[in-house]
Amino acid sequence: MNYLEHIGKYFMMLGQVFKKPQKSRIFYESLLKEIEELGLKSLGIIMFISFFIGGVIAMQTALNLESPFIPDSLIGFAAKRSIILEFAPTFCSIILAGKVGSYITSSIGTMRVTEQIDALEVMGVNSLNYLVLPKIISTLFFYPFLITLAMGLGIFGGWLAGVLTGLFSGIDYIEGVQMEFKPFLIIYAMIKTLVFAFLIATVPSYHGYYVKGGSIAVGKASTQAVVWTTILIVIANYFLTQMLLT
Amino acid sequence: MIEVKDLHKGFGNVKVLKGITTSFQPGKTSLIIGQSGSGKTVFLKSLIGLHTPESGTISFDGRVNTQFTKLEKRQWRQEIGMVFQGSALFDSQNVQDNVMFPLKMFTNQSKTEMLDRVNFALDRVNLKNSNKKLPAELSGGMQKRVAIARAIVMNPKYLFCDEPNSGLDPQTAIVIDNLIKEITDEYNITTVINTHDMNSVMEIGEKILFLKNGKKAWEGSSNEIFKTDNEAVVDFVYSSNLFKKVREAYLNEKK
Repeated sequence: MNYLEHIGKYFMMLGQVFKKPQKSRIFYESLLKEIEELGLKSLGIIMFISFFIGGVIAMQTALNLESPFIPDSLIGFAAKRSIILEFAPTFCSIILAGKVGSYITSSIGTMRVTEQIDALEVMGVNSLNYLVLPKIISTLFFYPFLITLAMGLGIFGGWLAGVLTGLFSGIDYIEGVQMEFKPFLIIYAMIKTLVFAFLIATVPSYHGYYVKGGSIAVGKASTQAVVWTTILIVIANYFLTQMLLT
Repeated sequence: MIEVKDLHKGFGNVKVLKGITTSFQPGKTSLIIGQSGSGKTVFLKSLIGLHTPESGTISFDGRVNTQFTKLEKRQWRQEIGMVFQGSALFDSQNVQDNVMFPLKMFTNQSKTEMLDRVNFALDRVNLKNSNKKLPAELSGGMQKRVAIARAIVMNPKYLFCDEPNSGLDPQTAIVIDNLIKEITDEYNITTVINTHDMNSVMEIGEKILFLKNGKKAWEGSSNEIFKTDNEAVVDFVYSSNLFKKVREAYLNEKK
């Protein structure tokens, strides 16, 4: 199947997904379950990575700005910008594409190969709407919180790294973090987060829903889903940056 | 009653169903048999609307399924119960939630009413005290029974089963066969079963449809299958020595 066919099929899938849920009670139950599976269960890994990467970013910045002409507050400023603009929304989304994307593809793919999706269709359930819509809504709802948390922890990790290693002073770092605050950059990061969240929910769902074969096919589809989600996040990141910041 | 007229279905250049015409009566268990690749599964999936026919019609009590409006299609779906080959129970839900799922989705019953209906269906398939178990904790036969309970919980008019005995030991297979037959008689359901199990053919087959290369090669009752001289049926059904001997004994008795 060529790429155009896949793109067409993906948008046709979205057409089925964005319909009114057949039973709102079941939809809300699924939504809460997905918030737990796709959001809450990702909290640990995102917190852990954000904290340490924030520390590394601050240390790297400090080590590369060793000049008497550059104030130490610039380290906090540069770390803040790197974390808010790129690390939190993009890097964390790529991590989530791996963790959550493979979960989505394998769970929907297994339902496909074990005829559970056929069972839903025979009952008269819009299986795409039932399975995919709660995933999209939960990621769109929860990931902005997750990425905001990643931003905060990344900046905090940077501060702690400076204090513990003595590479820069905590006060200078905080001064740099407070320097030249532009609210639009947060909006830019949130727009990116929402676009990436949508991709993380839909691309793996597509790969899982249309899988053909058995368990090996599900495994291959999971890998494909992670690869394609990552590629699309990187491409979307480029175009969003060009559109919103230039 | 389900009436199929000149049904054709293919995938790309491969023609799978080549003009099948037949009918299935209410209150009777009809069995579809044939070799692997003869088109049984595609035929069954066409009946339940998972495949759209290329040509021909399938009508359910006079209503042609390809001409349904959205609302009619939704109503028709609720008249169908389906037991899949691998049971197709939802892994993440326990037995009770699996059986309750169609009720939650399509009715406005209270939790108590739904629970009563679920317990009735589970009781009917002789599966008590398993409400909270997950599908992975059940044996193959129990999973099939849960699948039957889920299929009958909405009081279907039509019941379809895709190889309900596959992977089961002979004793459990007989239990499942008898259960399907009892339910068919009790609720006057039009039941269509796709099977490889010749024991089911002999035991519960009130109508047998034999498919070969996507065409209807023979149809009749389980008694008629003993007498038929149709070469394709004889080759397929009596390929095992056991059934060959059963047939000889039956024919000798008739003489």
